[in-house]
Amino acid sequence: MAKDLLLEIGLEEVPARFLRAAMNQLREKTEKWLDASRLGYEKVEVYATPRRLAVLALSVSEKQEDVSEEVKGPSRKIAQDANGEWTKAALGFARSQGVEASDFTFKEVGGVEYIYATKSLNGQEASELLPEGLKSIITSMTFPKNMRWGAYDFKFVRPIRWMVALFGEEVVPFEITDVQTGRVSRGHRFLGSETSIAKASDYVESMRAQHVLVDVKEREALILKQIRDLAESKNWNIAIKEDLLEEVVFLVETPTALFGTFEESFLNIPQEVLITSMREHQRYFPVLDAEGKLLPFFVTIRNGDNKALDVIAKGNEKVLRARLSDAKFFYEEDQKVQIKDALSKLENVVFHEELGSTGDKVRRIRQTADQIAALLNLDSEDMQDVSRAADICKFDLVTQMVYEFPELQGVMGEDYARKAGEKESVARAVFEHYQPRFAGESAPASIVGSVVSLADKIDAIVGFFGIGIIPTGSQDPYALRRQAAGIVQILLDHKLDFTLEQLFDLSISVHEQAGNLKRTAEEVRKDLHDFFELRVKKLLSDTLRYDVVDAVIAAGFGDIPAVILRGKALMEAVLTEEEFKTTVESFTRTSNLASKSDNRKVKPELFEDEAERELYEAWTTLHERQKTRTSADEEGRKNAAEAELTALSGLRQPITTFFDRVMVMAEDENVRANRLALLAAIDADLKRFADFGKLVWQ
Amino acid sequence: MNFQRMILTLQQFWAEQGCINAQPYDTEKGAGTMNPMTYLRSLGPEPWKVAYVEPSRRPSDGRYGENPNRLYQHHQFQVIIKPSPDNIQELYLDSLKALGVDPLVHDIRFVEDNWENPTLGCAGLGWEVWLDGMEITQFTYFQQVGGIETNPVAVEITYGMERLASYIQDKENVFDLEFVEGMTYGDVYRQAEYEHSKYTFELSDVKMLFTLFNMYEQEATRAANENLVFPAYDYVLKCSHTFNLLDARGAISVTERTGYITRVRNLARKVAAAYVEEREKLGFPLIKKGEEA
Repeated sequence: MAKDLLLEIGLEEVPARFLRAAMNQLREKTEKWLDASRLGYEKVEVYATPRRLAVLALSVSEKQEDVSEEVKGPSRKIAQDANGEWTKAALGFARSQGVEASDFTFKEVGGVEYIYATKSLNGQEASELLPEGLKSIITSMTFPKNMRWGAYDFKFVRPIRWMVALFGEEVVPFEITDVQTGRVSRGHRFLGSETSIAKASDYVESMRAQHVLVDVKEREALILKQIRDLAESKNWNIAIKEDLLEEVVFLVETPTALFGTFEESFLNIPQEVLITSMREHQRYFPVLDAEGKLLPFFVTIRNGDNKALDVIAKGNEKVLRARLSDAKFFYEEDQKVQIKDALSKLENVVFHEELGSTGDKVRRIRQTADQIAALLNLDSEDMQDVSRAADICKFDLVTQMVYEFPELQGVMGEDYARKAGEKESVARAVFEHYQPRFAGESAPASIVGSVVSLADKIDAIVGFFGIGIIPTGSQDPYALRRQAAGIVQILLDHKLDFTLEQLFDLSISVHEQAGNLKRTAEEVRKDLHDFFELRVKKLLSDTLRYDVVDAVIAAGFGDIPAVILRGKALMEAVLTEEEFKTTVESFTRTSNLASKSDNRKVKPELFEDEAERELYEAWTTLHERQKTRTSADEEGRKNAAEAELTALSGLRQPITTFFDRVMVMAEDENVRANRLALLAAIDADLKRFADFGKLVWQ
Repeated sequence: MNFQRMILTLQQFWAEQGCINAQPYDTEKGAGTMNPMTYLRSLGPEPWKVAYVEPSRRPSDGRYGENPNRLYQHHQFQVIIKPSPDNIQELYLDSLKALGVDPLVHDIRFVEDNWENPTLGCAGLGWEVWLDGMEITQFTYFQQVGGIETNPVAVEITYGMERLASYIQDKENVFDLEFVEGMTYGDVYRQAEYEHSKYTFELSDVKMLFTLFNMYEQEATRAANENLVFPAYDYVLKCSHTFNLLDARGAISVTERTGYITRVRNLARKVAAAYVEEREKLGFPLIKKGEEA
């Protein structure tokens, strides 16, 4: 026999951002408790609104399963006397377990025999277990922030004001603070009233009658539909940002979409500012036209029905007008400040206690960016742009707009720089140097922006590594992983012709000059290497098989475009060339023997077999080729990677013949050493491409 | 409903809930929380119920009486109840109804806002209450005051009177609000707004203010050392206001800012601790009274 189980925790408005995790927690805790209590159930549904968290477990058994349990008693030696009679100890054990001594069994544990009592446990009634169980589910819940209220010591996310706990039709009685469980829930704050729930399975519908849609998915679907209907009827394009939708879903119990307008004159302010203000301050959805241009409307979701929507729209318009007037004020005030005055304020903004002010950071970015630009042989115009962009890239951090909306950093900088008469390329780079700002965003489009972005990011990473702040586990307060991934992406997207190692060294020396390094350059370099290896691996794993990634990364990953091309070429070979497995086997055999030699100096005069000479010649040709490899355009480089792998593969035949014909471990020590040296020389060139031994064959 | 009527309505409403109608405190302060009726009384085990209007000075918000929404000095209507009653949200919503706000034709929401006042070492959890998208009230369960965990917990309700009035009277500009019949908010406050802004941003004597800050700080410490809680606290308030004036004048750099805030906070904590000590010496007299009532 089974009944449905309902638990509703009635709360004062819970922060929207906590509710999703709270639902998951409630589900897990309920399932775990039911499992641990040996109560079967069909499934568990969870519900949440700002004012309630609820769980409904369907078809929960009314009684625990019966089980038998073996309990270990004293050793047989103690339990039985010489005549095989039960001792007092054994009889006492039988009594304590509620079994007959005649039912004891024997089992050997670690060479000693013990007596065992088999107890059958009759399952308890679920209704006896539920009060304590449900209470413990609630009291064990955790939240990012808890609070106390009234005169209670109990802490929870917000005050608990009522609780509904029903097993079928029966109330499960318990209390937390002074709140007793019952069957009375509360409806929508204004549209509904208190309501008595007859049985657990009535929950969703009882609440619907009180204007509360407890099902999160249903609310979300309804909001989306309302927004889409509105968009369709007005021919609008309403931008729905996932996290805003999620928040709004958890701010309302009865959603109703409505729209309002604002004065067109505000459209002179950059669109990003208006959108951010609407989203962040007011939780409005911005309205765009088909081209993505902002229109003077907004959409908001009311917690209530469609009564008096005009009044509510008017109120919201008034608020937005004040907000946008503030934004306009900041925008105009900010433009009155000269860039050089803003820059001097950066001297007072602490970047990090041990790494100086943001002014200090800007000077390091400039130094680093100039050196990168020189390495890349940029023309003099680009070089000048890099210097200027590096100098001013952070000036907007002290503007009022960025103070108000930190996420507009760069966006405002670009706009203000352009208005202040900076060159287009410089203004653009001020924005671009933050790119990629999140996973999935592209690298800066311009080379100037890319260089400053590289300098900014490597400065942060090396700076923090230098003072021992290295991301671990979930700890990455300065988003260094994201910045490292950004560096990798920029190097790749722009096929920049220099290596990660060069970038490390450059920034290390800049930080060294500034006296920032608290660890040796060597330690920092080692940590940087490991840190970036993971980022590169992650990037390559998007398109390549993991063993291919491991193989090519083992050959070095500093030149990121090159490592990718090697990976692609290798992947292609692994997947398409039938004989490639044999080729790799010949390479692996070479590597295994090569590891016995630390000498790669081959003396042809010691060759005894034609096969040795042939292999040597094949290798020499290849080796010369590798040395004269030049960088070219992308197509050229791609072909080069493929050609190189083809050339390496060409060694298969001579290697195979060599192993067939030649006894490597010859008696003559010199001959043997010479053969090993030849293999070592070949292996070294192979490993410049990949560690083929890491490939895995199905 | 005019501005004065709103205040009277709220006073009446909360008086009926058993709150003392206290008067504004006579030392400059940035918020109703800083009135000793809140800051000190929310500490310790004694029950407390109070409601009052608090003129609150925010020098950096001064706009020469030209901005329709920002003021050097605005008014908060403050309610403190300790311990927080179970039906406090319902009481609050009833107070809005008393002001003529019908929740059925508006959109009223409790949006998370965790309030903090680092200068006073206060922290609480709660919401800002939105009326059709406008923040009209700060609603907070105090968790810590003066660095001391509150127990029992006091709930603080702070109505932003000008915002609420601009909504209720449907006025775009704060200075157009009707204070009483025939008299606008501007008639009462605009000149002071202009003069205070001009003084704050252009005229204030920075050197004098720094000197005053140090003097007030010393005097607060001296009084606190003698466990003279209320006089010491007055000087803490003066420190805080002087700091705000200096800050508005741009006389305190970002780096120094934290230092000044810490100095005020340390004083405030000292006073808070002394208050609890002194009440304890008196045997927490209000506990008995509460029980009798």
